[in-house]
Amino acid sequence: MISVRKFVFAGASLIAVVAITGCGEKEQVVVYQQGKYQGKADTKPWENDPGASLYTTSKWKAGDKSGWENALKSRNQNQNEYTRAE
Amino acid sequence: MARMKFICDAERCIECNGCVTACKQENEVPWGVNRRRVVTINDGVAGEKSISVACMHCSDAPCMAVCPVDCFYRTEEGVVLHDKDMCIGCGYCFYACPFGAPQFPQAGAFGMRGKMDKCTFCAGGPEKDNSKEEFAKYGSNRLAQGKLPACAEMCSTKALLGGDGDVISDIFRDRALKRGKGAEVWGWGTAYGKPDNPQQQAPKGAKS
Repeated sequence: MISVRKFVFAGASLIAVVAITGCGEKEQVVVYQQGKYQGKADTKPWENDPGASLYTTSKWKAGDKSGWENALKSRNQNQNEYTRAE
Repeated sequence: MARMKFICDAERCIECNGCVTACKQENEVPWGVNRRRVVTINDGVAGEKSISVACMHCSDAPCMAVCPVDCFYRTEEGVVLHDKDMCIGCGYCFYACPFGAPQFPQAGAFGMRGKMDKCTFCAGGPEKDNSKEEFAKYGSNRLAQGKLPACAEMCSTKALLGGDGDVISDIFRDRALKRGKGAEVWGWGTAYGKPDNPQQQAPKGAKS
């Protein structure tokens, strides 16, 4: 009889613990720190190579920052008609 | 390192709105949202001047300062971007911006004022580069494709210059010297700060 009581008590305790766990609150929002960006991290434009995107004239290897900069600088010169006309 | 900037040459802008169209087409910007627009001063009067205005990606951006949820960040290239997942559409950035750059869609899940949308310098946003998610939220990421902003590249008179600040200011300086007038760069003082000592001579051989 006692063992049945213990069994019922243990079972009830287990159910209570599981039920209470369901009420637990997990942090679901960003904890804001004033003045600091806490959104998603962004990737750098030079981290991937340009791939086969349409009309691109730039070439660099993935992760080559100076290669990317040089590619953009030379493309920038397309906006300078004085050098384009010469 | 490249520091991305825009210059609009008021002597050359012919108010064709090609930049506006290029931006809309490239980023599939919805109706009612204008990331870029052309402003004409003294419209209809002889000597009227037009400039193309969008987010200038300011050095000390007021939108970043006022955002209550700090959803703005600045990339290494000086482009001011924001995370739309964090934006609450409060509109503070709109009041703070001297260029009227932040735009708010009027329809959608957030009712009267949706999440802020603005020019990204064609640099996308905080999603995987050139992914579907990035395009849907922020538009095209041309910088990661080795291209410059569509508005500047499509400008027919090359009034709008966009790219590395050193390179485009060299192009503009050369142009202003050759024509002998129209050296005013509208909005640069506001966006990128005024020089501490305007009379100071640049050191020989140094870049601007």
